[in-house]
Amino acid sequence: MAAGSTYTPLATTTLSSDTASVTFSSISGSYTDFVLVALAGIATSAGEVYQMRINADSGSNYSQTELWGNGTTASSGRRTSQTYLFVGGSRVGSQMTVLDQFTLQFQNYSNTTTYKSILMRQGAAATGTMAAIGLWSSTSAITSIVITTTNYNIKSGSTFTLYGIAAA
Amino acid sequence: MANTYTLIASNTVGILGSATITFSSIPSTYTDLVIKSSARTDRVSTYDFYKVKFNASATSYTEKSLNGNGTAAASESNNSTSYGFNYAIDASLSTSNTFSNAEIYMPNYASANYKSYSTDAVTENNATAAYAAITAGLWSNTGAITSITVESANAANFVQYSTFYLYGIKNS
Repeated sequence: MAAGSTYTPLATTTLSSDTASVTFSSISGSYTDFVLVALAGIATSAGEVYQMRINADSGSNYSQTELWGNGTTASSGRRTSQTYLFVGGSRVGSQMTVLDQFTLQFQNYSNTTTYKSILMRQGAAATGTMAAIGLWSSTSAITSIVITTTNYNIKSGSTFTLYGIAAA
Repeated sequence: MANTYTLIASNTVGILGSATITFSSIPSTYTDLVIKSSARTDRVSTYDFYKVKFNASATSYTEKSLNGNGTAAASESNNSTSYGFNYAIDASLSTSNTFSNAEIYMPNYASANYKSYSTDAVTENNATAAYAAITAGLWSNTGAITSITVESANAANFVQYSTFYLYGIKNS
């Protein structure tokens, strides 16, 4: 990624308590791309997943293709007509004290002509790593994103930072 | 250059080669660290492996990878090993002048939590096999990362023109 004045922090959140969701709203349209870097955990010892919605759209407008490795097996999956993007899975059991990293890259997010694709990476040394490409089937500019889980809170201490990247 | 993606240090290997790349005295003033490298070793093989240590620690690295070699995809575990980032890099029998690209991303490197990191690495070789891998890693240590060493896992040298750049990223 190019260095320079193009990698600008737009907003950052560090959770001071277990929280149901993390929202970035009023995202400026003045950048070319933006990147979300997160180091997060989920407040349950059971398996859970991170989800993301864009512009509060709860319609069946999300799809994605995934590559997974769990330390034993490599696999690929496809999800279509989802009501959210699957961003990744959380740790379980004794690994709960460790936070997971995920990075989401949104290219050309403010155009109003094309559907929006998102490159996603998520990993946890205890459970595996994922690379995926997601699609939000909307021509609207992305102005907000929200990260949630299915049933539990995101853990206190989790950090989320949004960076803007300008082509010029 | 914005203070959000700042070059902290760089290392370009000279004609004599280099067995170890060290970034030391890393300040804690950033949020995340990134190393980007273009490198190759002189191991007599079509590939070598990276070997990364934080703070010279030789314990507590755990990783899971997803990799492909041009024919098949696979996933591997490295548990409680003595170093991290055990993935392929071009070596002396790789196609001439090809250097592997790699990135190591270390979020919240100065925190008091265990350190998660992720890696992306590729080799290239004008033959059937070449390698690509992504990794989720964990260094089970609560110390802030203040130094990073990168070596060949087979005691080879990085060759001339190999480059390593360490960047700091701030969230404010």
